[in-house]
Amino acid sequence: MTRKQRRLTLIGAAGAVLAGALGLILFALNDQIVFFQSPTDIADNAIAPGQRIRLGGLVEDGSVVRSDNAQVSFRVTDMENAVPVTYKGILPDLFREGQGVVTEGIVGPDGVFVADSVLAKHDENYIPKEVAEALKDKGYWQGEEAGEKTSAN
Amino acid sequence: MIVEFGHYALVLAFALSLVQSVVPLWGALAGDDRLMAVAPPVSVMTFVMVLLSFAVLTNAYLSADFSVLNVLENSHSAKPLLYKFTGVWGNHEGSMLLWVLILVFFGALVGFFGGNLPKDLRAATLSVQGWISTGFILFLLATSNPFARVVNPPLEGADLNPILQDIGLAIHPPLLYVGYVGFSITFSFAVAALILGRTDAAWARWVRPWTLLAWCFLTLGIAMGSYWAYYELGWGGWWFWDPVENASLMPWLAGTALLHSAIVMERREALKIWTVLLAIFTFSLSLLGTFLVRSGVLTSVHAFATDPARGVFILVLLCIFIGGSLALYAWRAPALKQGGLFAPISREGALVLNNLFLTSACAAVFVGTLYPLLLDAVTGEKISVGAPFFNLTFGPLMVPLLIAVPFGPVLSWKRGDLLAASQRLYAAFGLALLLTLFTFWLWGMDKVLAPLGVGLAVWVMAGAVAEILTRVKIVEIGPRRAFARLVGLPGSAWGTTLAHFGIGVTVLGVVTASAFQEERIETMRPGDVVELSGYQLTFDGAAPRRGPNFNEEVGHFTVRQGGAIVTRLDPSKRIYTARQMPTTEAAIYTTGFSQLYLSLGESRGDGAVDVRVYFKPLITLIWIGCVIMALGGGISIADRRLRVGAPKPSRKRPAGAPAAAE
Repeated sequence: MTRKQRRLTLIGAAGAVLAGALGLILFALNDQIVFFQSPTDIADNAIAPGQRIRLGGLVEDGSVVRSDNAQVSFRVTDMENAVPVTYKGILPDLFREGQGVVTEGIVGPDGVFVADSVLAKHDENYIPKEVAEALKDKGYWQGEEAGEKTSAN
Repeated sequence: MIVEFGHYALVLAFALSLVQSVVPLWGALAGDDRLMAVAPPVSVMTFVMVLLSFAVLTNAYLSADFSVLNVLENSHSAKPLLYKFTGVWGNHEGSMLLWVLILVFFGALVGFFGGNLPKDLRAATLSVQGWISTGFILFLLATSNPFARVVNPPLEGADLNPILQDIGLAIHPPLLYVGYVGFSITFSFAVAALILGRTDAAWARWVRPWTLLAWCFLTLGIAMGSYWAYYELGWGGWWFWDPVENASLMPWLAGTALLHSAIVMERREALKIWTVLLAIFTFSLSLLGTFLVRSGVLTSVHAFATDPARGVFILVLLCIFIGGSLALYAWRAPALKQGGLFAPISREGALVLNNLFLTSACAAVFVGTLYPLLLDAVTGEKISVGAPFFNLTFGPLMVPLLIAVPFGPVLSWKRGDLLAASQRLYAAFGLALLLTLFTFWLWGMDKVLAPLGVGLAVWVMAGAVAEILTRVKIVEIGPRRAFARLVGLPGSAWGTTLAHFGIGVTVLGVVTASAFQEERIETMRPGDVVELSGYQLTFDGAAPRRGPNFNEEVGHFTVRQGGAIVTRLDPSKRIYTARQMPTTEAAIYTTGFSQLYLSLGESRGDGAVDVRVYFKPLITLIWIGCVIMALGGGISIADRRLRVGAPKPSRKRPAGAPAAAE
């Protein structure tokens, strides 16, 4: 092979791999990302059945019901609307009524959100960022005190 | 008073870094030996000053001096001694100080052991290292002073985040930081080479051991972090594609690519411009990781206090270093002469392929990690990019790379013969095929991808073994003489084999643990039995227990196999008293390479608890593979031929190594 052919082969191979990678990334970005929604978002615009979403808000006080086989149901609220959620599994350590939570899953035909993961992350003062902002938008957020506590960690 | 002394030492270190940033570089450009000679002693003194200040902070922690704000917020007098010590870097300020300590330590190493370097290269490299330490010491002093005092100190501290009260904190951050920060040396070498306008095989020879060193530590650091998350968080997962994990994976991928392209540069003087760019990228990605973790754009256990001023400061540092080095690169790189032609099918070609796939995979992780942040900043829309995205992008990019791994070392330099190379790998291919079919037979057709994954892992492992065995000509000369040759092989040959074998081991663990894992989630009352993967777990009841700074509810379980007691497991739920924070302590039983993993949910009050049990076949291979990889890297560093200042490799090859010894 001549020098030019070698270079072309190299550039061709590089182009093919990069194009493949780019294609994969674009396809996956189109298909595999999950949007964050608040209960009001769900109430406002119908979500296509079977579409995965992240639902975030506060765990409504007094809504947590545990049944056998580690089944849990609770309601996630943003103080305007609330969505019933069911989950089978072990809840994270920091899951509590009145605290922020992010769940991921699918809204069923009966309007119940079937979660396959529940996040209430590592800090006792942690309110998921998205939840905090969604609540701020609605004016239900008393951020000052919590913010101070966070920076004390 | 001692605390102020530590603060003052840090200020002195800042002043010394400033000197180190300017004077040696000036000397290198002006050709003044005396100015260049300033670099080594100043770099060593900077290290001594930062070490002093780190020692002072450590002393404040060990003596529980709550008049220091940092200690007050992150320590507690009842905390076990080990955690008092590791708590030094269990917070933003302290961990940043550790980061800087390692940074200046690397500078001092180059200053101390760099006698064999060309004077101007050493001076310029240390100056660039000085820029980085100047920036980060200023960051500490201006926004994150670990020595800030409290006027009226309370009697008791706020305690360390319970998740961090673990032996993992003693190991994971230091290993990871040595990895992250180790790449700063490679970066400094690259920038110095650009400034001086020359890179050659000797430069690559210099850079490769540092890259290897950083890479080994980063590999171990990531593996340790993964295992820690696995046993501490109680979810049984070992990798979450969390942005913070990705932040460490990206420099690892780029660093792995750098490691391989530096070989090409050292041996064949090819890929110079690319290698320099990779060196810049690798450290830039380390800096990006630091930014992601510290700026408060993410919320995670790694994101300590969030203070916007810090985020902005690091962002500015990031822009200066990445933007500046890339601008310098664009300006100066064309001046670097390219050399070393090669055919597409050759060792060089294989290494280029390796680089292509690794950088593409790195780009995929980069997009997946930063796209949500970008979208949020631009449109305010909140999305999450999780495992499905990465499985779909990272996975397909890794598969062809792994298929190609065994071919690389058996191809010869310059112009290789794919057919001849394949002949050496027949046995490996046969073995991989056999095990794929065996897995199919074992599990049936309902899992199609898993047996192929097992086959791929075996292919990589067997390929590594086949390569080293054919290198010593085991078939031709018989095992006894071949063994003597094996012992005599150079360290870098063993390094390659071990590292490639290790990646196969890790892949095997990943495949089996994800495809064949069994999971049960149950609500159990005392006396209840759960059956899983041939084990019977009996819940014997729960009892409270007191720890030094926590109270816990311990569940007692007996594990039986066919009636015989195998082990007892005691997972627990802890409440750390100072912070009133609950944690889950999983109980793990290791059998062979597999693990039985048991964690508790909330207790129901009537004696019933939620229990989550996993059987994870061969899961420990994931981390064992990483250790093997790092071991390979370590053996490669120890190779005499790579040793800094060693004479050029002699033409005479060691017995048994063919002409393409590497």
